[in-house]
Amino acid sequence: MRTRVFVTLKPSVFDPQGTTVTDALHTLGYASVKDVRQGKYFELEIDASSSDEARRLASEAADKLLANPVIESYRVEVDAR
Amino acid sequence: MKFAVVVFPGSNGDHDSYYAAKHVFGQDAELVWHKDTSLGGADVVILPGGFAHGDYLRTGAIARFSPIMQAVKAFAAAGGPVIGFCNGFQVLLEAGLLPGAMLRNRSLHFRCEHVNVRVEQTDTSFTSRCRAGQVLRIPIAHGEGNYYAEPAVIDALERHRQIVFRYVTPDGDVTDAANPNGSVHNIAGITNDTRNVVGLMPHPERACELAVGSADGRVIFESVINGVGGHLSRTLSTTVAGASVGVLDK
Repeated sequence: MRTRVFVTLKPSVFDPQGTTVTDALHTLGYASVKDVRQGKYFELEIDASSSDEARRLASEAADKLLANPVIESYRVEVDAR
Repeated sequence: MKFAVVVFPGSNGDHDSYYAAKHVFGQDAELVWHKDTSLGGADVVILPGGFAHGDYLRTGAIARFSPIMQAVKAFAAAGGPVIGFCNGFQVLLEAGLLPGAMLRNRSLHFRCEHVNVRVEQTDTSFTSRCRAGQVLRIPIAHGEGNYYAEPAVIDALERHRQIVFRYVTPDGDVTDAANPNGSVHNIAGITNDTRNVVGLMPHPERACELAVGSADGRVIFESVINGVGGHLSRTLSTTVAGASVGVLDK
């Protein structure tokens, strides 16, 4: 089951890369882009019997490895079959 | 006494640490591969600088699963002195042996230069021979040394005197300009609550001989060698002489 995990820095954590990308977009004339937060994206192919199970496994993986809870939060999406 | 220097795939400060322990201080030292499960009876453990496991995912994130880390955790839990230089500090954070996390440097630049750090605590396993407030000139070489923890964690670190090193001016003042990476409260290094595990971004192991520009890092090694009761009489006579030359040299 195709499962996606999005990991981003928590809102309270300064994102120097996102800030630099924002500045670069402003240089290109995209003044309407107010803010960019850079993160990581994972695609997990999970052998699971239900989307709930896939979601639970992906969340566990994110808690233990994919995200560092000190600085990052994550969101899980599971493809509907 | 014996140093164990852990070697991860991607470590590049392992031989610097080994050289300092073995050849500058005349101690036994052994390189320990990350897949080993024993520290070989070492008295001190060094997690060296570098890019363990290519810094994949996050710095230090994969190294924490290396088999040797179970032995390092047990050694630390028993009160054994463990120090992480640079990437070794990042590994200690990911392994949960020290609190907090690293972000990209505020400038986004890889900073490779000598900085000044002030010794804030002299009752850790690695700073017992420092003077309180002593300023050490030591090199850094990192892209992700921007230390971060939630405000409540920082408050606890301050309250429990766990911030061991801060980036300062040569005169010892904490300023924003002296902060090379954006770390909160100019934090360059911290210790755990039992004060036997220390992590710092600067490289004292690369500042043990004047030939490489500074011998200020010696006091870190002298502290732990003294604490563990190594062959201090022999090493101290040479290191103290070297350190005093270092002071005069500035």
